[in-house]
Amino acid sequence: MAETVVKTQIPVKLTPKDFKSDQEVRWCPGCGDHGILVSVQKAMAEMGIPREKFAVISGIGCSSRFPYYMNTYGFHTIHGRAAAIASGAKAANPDLEILQISGDGDALAIGGNHFIHAIRRNIDMTILLFNNEIYGLTKGQYSPTSKQGMITKTSPFGTIEEPFHPGELALGAQAKYYARTIDTNIKLTSEILLSASRHKGTSIVEVLQNCVIYNDGAHSLITNKEKKDDYQLILKHGEHMIFGKERNKGLILGGKGKLVVVNIGEHGIEEQDILIHDAHIPDPHMAWLLSNMSAPEYPVALGVIRDVAALSYDEKMTKQIKDVQAKASIKCVDDLLKSGDIWEV
Amino acid sequence: MSQKTKVIEKEEVVIRFSGDSGDGMQLTGTQFSDTSALFGNDVATFPDYPAEIRAPQGTVGGVSGFQLHFGHKEINTPGDYADVLVAMNPAALKANLKWVKASGTIIVNEDSFTDRNLDKAGYDSDPLQDDKLADYNLIKARITSMTKECLKDSELDQKSVLRCKNMFALGMVYWIFDRPLEHTEQFIENKFKKHPLVVDGNKKVLKAGFNFAKTIEALSYNYSVLPAKIKKGTYRNITGNKATAWGLIAAAEKARLNLFCGSYPITPATEILHELALRKDLGVKTFQAEDEIAGICTAIGASFVGSLAVTTTSGPGLALKTEAAGLAVMTELPLVIVNVQRGGPSTGLPTKTEQSDLMQAIHGRSGESPLPIIAASTPSNCFDYAFRASKIALEHMTPVILLTDGFIANGAEPWRIPKMEDMPTIEAPIAKEGDDFQPYARDEQKLARKWAVPGVKGLEHRIGGLEKMDVTGTVSYVPENHQIMSDIREERIERIANFIPELEAVGNDEADVLVVGWGGTYGHLITAVRELQKDGKDIALAHFNYIVPLPKNTEEVFKRYKKIIVCELNNGQFSEYLRSNFQTIKFEEYNKLEGLPFTVLELKERFNQLLEEK
Repeated sequence: MAETVVKTQIPVKLTPKDFKSDQEVRWCPGCGDHGILVSVQKAMAEMGIPREKFAVISGIGCSSRFPYYMNTYGFHTIHGRAAAIASGAKAANPDLEILQISGDGDALAIGGNHFIHAIRRNIDMTILLFNNEIYGLTKGQYSPTSKQGMITKTSPFGTIEEPFHPGELALGAQAKYYARTIDTNIKLTSEILLSASRHKGTSIVEVLQNCVIYNDGAHSLITNKEKKDDYQLILKHGEHMIFGKERNKGLILGGKGKLVVVNIGEHGIEEQDILIHDAHIPDPHMAWLLSNMSAPEYPVALGVIRDVAALSYDEKMTKQIKDVQAKASIKCVDDLLKSGDIWEV
Repeated sequence: MSQKTKVIEKEEVVIRFSGDSGDGMQLTGTQFSDTSALFGNDVATFPDYPAEIRAPQGTVGGVSGFQLHFGHKEINTPGDYADVLVAMNPAALKANLKWVKASGTIIVNEDSFTDRNLDKAGYDSDPLQDDKLADYNLIKARITSMTKECLKDSELDQKSVLRCKNMFALGMVYWIFDRPLEHTEQFIENKFKKHPLVVDGNKKVLKAGFNFAKTIEALSYNYSVLPAKIKKGTYRNITGNKATAWGLIAAAEKARLNLFCGSYPITPATEILHELALRKDLGVKTFQAEDEIAGICTAIGASFVGSLAVTTTSGPGLALKTEAAGLAVMTELPLVIVNVQRGGPSTGLPTKTEQSDLMQAIHGRSGESPLPIIAASTPSNCFDYAFRASKIALEHMTPVILLTDGFIANGAEPWRIPKMEDMPTIEAPIAKEGDDFQPYARDEQKLARKWAVPGVKGLEHRIGGLEKMDVTGTVSYVPENHQIMSDIREERIERIANFIPELEAVGNDEADVLVVGWGGTYGHLITAVRELQKDGKDIALAHFNYIVPLPKNTEEVFKRYKKIIVCELNNGQFSEYLRSNFQTIKFEEYNKLEGLPFTVLELKERFNQLLEEK
């Protein structure tokens, strides 16, 4: 390193304010989206990427109004299709930094197909999934993440559907990066967004978001000031999985491959017995266990759950084109037209 | 060439190869047409195959056919009726006999006329044994046994040996028409270069077929079809789908943009995606999406970031793309949507041709959502219209639907290769750093907005499906603004008429009858009209490639004629569209929905009828 001259881009000094557009933010007062907007603007200012390189691409839903509030390139598309539109944008121009905004209905119901295939292809972008477990913009119908039994306008006697767990779905689609955060924790959310941006490939960031109007308190166990420390585990790579107000609880691997919550200092359990988080391990088993933990039996895992390096779709596409071009005899359309069987008249 | 008794010169010949869908008839037909084109004939082809890859063997439904028409004169259609039919089994004979000219030649593989195959084809008795084929020149050949005999010393397995029998039939036909074998021999060598045994087997059988025909003097005379008198230049054979793909690539090069195609495989459009996927050498990016919707959506994403973006499909796929097409209309992003039409509705007739997506193309989006529609009319001009569709999309900042159909997409013809320097320029209104940019500010002539592409400093802006304020592009629910924006969307498409060629009719200015067509029926219509003109009939043809908007002089042209008949492969969609545009003009209709192109014969009959009516 010392001997090579590394040409680095002069870091761009931007502030969160640079990312605010002149549009009035129209989410309901108290909506979790406000906090997420602040987190995104804070993270983007720290990424060192010029503002014009960002494209914020959303689908339809409350959260999908997001691009209008960002002073970047933005595209408010159609319901469910943002992952596909963002995939095309990134494949066509790999230089761009793409943030794809979606809600639980947009990404996991109408757009489920595009969501899983964007992940499978490992398109280099961050998919920020606002999960409020409800359809807000259409005024309160159950979503694919609503808890079974939930009473909504379209399930007046309780839903009879099993919800998706977004982490599990993403891992099933071979996600290399999956993180979870909560709308109220701006510090954690912006840290995660920064790490997601650095990850090459599809980064799934699930934000547990509160809809004050139609599903208030959906995540209250982990937002409640009194109890939240007992019900959330903030994972950090290389650190013990310890949580609790007194930081005396932790996770160990029990029988049959299940995670077990233990109290440090009880039954001979010491800190060193507690599992250490490895976000980079290619095997997705532990990531699956962690992302499927739910309160009150377990703490809800937050932070970067999985971050495994792999080539992204756009890197592979660029390389393939370069390799083919290096050996190609056809260099322009005139060459193409004259290739193969031709004859003179 | 040999001890042939008599040579008969013919102006044109139609051959139809037919057999089971696994018999290699498409390849056989393609080889004969390539050889004839290289020889200098004008050629038109028509592959006609079932939707199943290997349909039930020996049944009429499983018959795959390839018809080709070659000549010393200009050829515009694959021909109505065949001079020569090659039938590899009874089902092929049964399915195609009605397409053979009276006293035409029929070559059959006699070995396949077993009781079982006759039964599967639905024959009560063996047509080779009774007098059903007495009016034809029937050539019975034991193609299967002779192929086996020819390769008895080969180490090829039995299955591969049998696969060579199409080459025997091809060899026979090559002798009858005095064609050289070299092109096909070379093709075999290239195609199977990793399997020398297969190369050897196919070449031997090809030669054996040729020699067999020579020995038995398959016909007491043989045909000679001299090269056609065509314009000087460099030629190649091309199918409509390949020409479409290449036209798109050419447009991207001319516009100095990257080409991106987001698409999902669908018959009969898939070859466009195949062809584009091959062109990594020219930097083409293809994205095989998870569904039709993702196909168009990835293309819209690519357009947003500054590529010439394309999605390719057929009718049912176009239906799936409608919402996203509306987004491209609303955001005024350039996009080419290629629809290779097939028989519908629903899955319909996937491998057969039709023109029944016209109304879907014109109206198939929510809201008032106008976009230009262009139709190619021959296999080779798919290149030109794909190029022009791209030019309109880029210069007018709009999605464009390019309509082709299964008939011209799969059909091939010789094509005089253009030079890129002769192609028109394409200048997209790309905004540059420092420009005074507003998302919906427009140029005065075209009413096109500027294309500000992510990555350009200072032009950050937001677009989307919600209605936007005129000029500024902020979200707007203002009633008057929606009226203004709707009117602009309408007018900017209408103004494209100022940038397309005027309609030209072929024939007398005030002929008794004007035939009107659009898209892939051109070859049949022009042939029928010219033949009638030769007979002294006063008839003209106006064929449309620009559907939305129509050429500016359309009404003026129509008003010159007393009788107008609109011919199309649907139930009258273009007629209906013309009536809504020109309410005082009367349009007769000639429609057909058989999954097949028109025949020149049926067209002439109908036109004669109309010419005679007072």
